[in-house]
Amino acid sequence: MQPLHKRPWMAIAAVTVAAAASGTATWAAFTPITFGSREEIFEIPKGTWARRMAGNKVEILPSRIYLTLGIRDVLLLKNQDDVPQIFGPTLMMPGQSFRLPFELAGSYQFACTAHASGQMTVVVDAQPDTPWGRLVWRARRIFRVVA
Amino acid sequence: MRYATRIVPLCAYMLLSMTAHAAEADALKAGIFNPARDAPEFSVRGSDGAPLILSRYRGKVVVLAFGYTSCPNVCPVTLAVLAQAHRKLAALGSQVQVIYLTVDPERDSAERLKQYLAAFDPTFVGGTGTDAQMAAVRKSYGVTAEKVGTGQDYAVAHSSFVYLITREGKLRALMPFGHKADDYVHDISMLLN
Repeated sequence: MQPLHKRPWMAIAAVTVAAAASGTATWAAFTPITFGSREEIFEIPKGTWARRMAGNKVEILPSRIYLTLGIRDVLLLKNQDDVPQIFGPTLMMPGQSFRLPFELAGSYQFACTAHASGQMTVVVDAQPDTPWGRLVWRARRIFRVVA
Repeated sequence: MRYATRIVPLCAYMLLSMTAHAAEADALKAGIFNPARDAPEFSVRGSDGAPLILSRYRGKVVVLAFGYTSCPNVCPVTLAVLAQAHRKLAALGSQVQVIYLTVDPERDSAERLKQYLAAFDPTFVGGTGTDAQMAAVRKSYGVTAEKVGTGQDYAVAHSSFVYLITREGKLRALMPFGHKADDYVHDISMLLN
């Protein structure tokens, strides 16, 4: 195998990747976390009940929801279907929405018949206020979206 | 021109109404239903000896909780918080009615509910009825209750949130378990005003 100094393109590529990773990490650590809205929205689309009655498995609301104080700390549930639905912690009429704000970090358990476990958990994290905290928060969010 | 004189005030009213609802949604500590629907009516046996009919409390803010007198943890905490909130509301407390409906009608008689609630606040009213009656009320509010265990010492796993019903009888908000008395005082005061 040739030493690195004899393959300059590899050295350039390695430096470029390292610089990009370092830049991304710096941005993730020092840029404040902001969203346009503090609401995390989940919606039952029209026709969901009919699809369930037809035997289709329809998952709308995850059994575990993650929120962060000061950033995204309001759960907004909407029932756009034509029939009443137990959605999260409560019974919602067609066209009705339910907006639940959180002010304390913690893990909140709600009975929810929409899930096989019969339970829904809302995990509310404190707002990350250090560079490391913001970096970890962003990494976790990407992981949860991808997973 | 005639239409304009009607439409402009109507639009202004709609705008003000929407703004008021948005402000309320932003301000309440509890979860908000939008639009608020009519709170499902019920008529059960009251712990005060009279029939307990929800619509009789129109004009007051009704704080509606579900539970049972043998509940080891959630109900005592909820009722203690509600009693504290009721005391803090002082004079406004007379415009508020706390109703506690049992999820265990098998054991909770009207007399037992009365005795239990009096330990927290003598103005609280309890409600019981047949299994079928209470199950129907629970269903209309989306409240779950499931018997756990057998024998005389069974428990009932039940929804722990509390409903807030407006003076007009609208099911406006739902307070999850764990909120403090001050949060109830805050929200009830807003609903009264």
